[in-house]
Amino acid sequence: MPTTRRQFLSLAGGVTAAGAIPIVTLRPVEATPAALAIAIRNALGEATIRNGKVRLDIPPLVENGNTVPMTVSVACKMTSTEYVKSIHIFNEKNPQPNIANFYLNASSGRAQVSTRVRLADSQKVIAIARFADDSLWQASAEIVVTLAACTEEMN
Amino acid sequence: MMLWRAIVAAVLVGAAPALLAGEIASDARRSGYSFMGPDTRIMQDDDTSNPGMLFVLDGETSWGRTTGNANKACADCHGDAKTSMKGIAARYPAFDKTLGRPVTLDQRINLCRANHQQATPLPYESRDLLVLSAYVAHQSRGVAITAGDDPQLTPFVAQGHDLFMQREGQLNLACTNCHDDNFDKRLAGAPITQGQPTGYPLYRLEWQTLGSIERRLRSCMTGVRAQPFDYGSPELVALELYLMSRARGMPMETPAVRP
Amino acid sequence: MAALINVPARANAGDIIEIRTLTSHIMETGFRHTADGKLVPRDIITNFTCRYNGVEIFRADLFPAIAANPYLSFFTVVNESGKFEFEWIGDNGYSTTASASITVE
Repeated sequence: MPTTRRQFLSLAGGVTAAGAIPIVTLRPVEATPAALAIAIRNALGEATIRNGKVRLDIPPLVENGNTVPMTVSVACKMTSTEYVKSIHIFNEKNPQPNIANFYLNASSGRAQVSTRVRLADSQKVIAIARFADDSLWQASAEIVVTLAACTEEMN
Repeated sequence: MMLWRAIVAAVLVGAAPALLAGEIASDARRSGYSFMGPDTRIMQDDDTSNPGMLFVLDGETSWGRTTGNANKACADCHGDAKTSMKGIAARYPAFDKTLGRPVTLDQRINLCRANHQQATPLPYESRDLLVLSAYVAHQSRGVAITAGDDPQLTPFVAQGHDLFMQREGQLNLACTNCHDDNFDKRLAGAPITQGQPTGYPLYRLEWQTLGSIERRLRSCMTGVRAQPFDYGSPELVALELYLMSRARGMPMETPAVRP
Repeated sequence: MAALINVPARANAGDIIEIRTLTSHIMETGFRHTADGKLVPRDIITNFTCRYNGVEIFRADLFPAIAANPYLSFFTVVNESGKFEFEWIGDNGYSTTASASITVE
């Protein structure tokens, strides 16, 4: 369990000479699959979500879970009648299921957003796009997260 | 016979210093950049998506701001940093005549504050100090490292070299064991680099902020379960000096991005 | 605190342009603890809005899972010259803005 090793090393380091209180990350409450499903339902309602049209670009093996570059794009011409209204990103194992919501419109030109996210553990990331006609499409990606090798105490 | 021996001796002395055990050949040296994945490299390459540049921008603001009892800004003496600071970071740590020992760029900034601005020194690793050293070091981006060339620094480079070769900590590892002998292999999923300090201060994804080489060295020492040297200690200065001289000729990348 | 904006200086009417933004913020998750067990309170940017000549063209809700120093890139169609305005809002009354102009031929 990577977080346990980090936790052990951080605590074993003890308080620094300057007396500053180190910040340690104890293993937080995880989002469960149920919490993930509830979060999706809260954001998007009960309608069926179909697989397709959405593409998630995330490195399958991330260099550091603290900053993971991610691009989500939706195959959509973005015209005044057919466009993506919003894109919602969720995750499986962070303490919280939501990552971000993006709101677009008919003159966005391209339904593509890039950002950098935090991933606490190897897990699934899900992107769901809502079209102007309220149809929902999704894609998911399984990401492997390793932690940096040498931990440090807070300065 | 005597002449022949003299010629051979001269050739041997004049030749490049022999490689010590495990030392990396000059043309085999690689920046940490080459060990990263493509996504992290893109983050470094683009100035508008490199988080380290946020700190460089703040440093530019600090550069022009008056401070201290003398009410002077760095710009008042040094003018436009783009010209006055070009190449400076590439030759740090540098020898300070008054103190008789090398000082790091961070220490030089604080010496300037004390001697010329009558301002209190900025704490090591504070954001205020990091943005200034990031801004100054950024002006050396692309410049080849020349730190350690000054003959007055020879004993300190040697001290840094000894520290680099010295086993320490509960894991009983020396820097050389990983960074000379085992680079390109992996440690707990992360690639082991050669430890070339071409991009400091840099944005480390692990820290989610900009940090100095001293912070990185201290966390390496914690990583082998050794008591880390204090910020600004002569040992860390010597180690930084040795590492920079080991990277002599490699171009600076500040602000680099690393995992 | 700095913000880095990348908007092309000029474009043709009807072009789709990419806008890239990067701003300083610690994005403290609210899930970390100090060594003596105290929770470090959440301190994040919660909203980002981009307006073009006063009209909203992109908006984002951000959660603690967004990395520190948030980076956002998105697209829009430009039809006329004008000014982009960017606004970041967050916990503890955090609010910061930036702007960039574009000439559209």
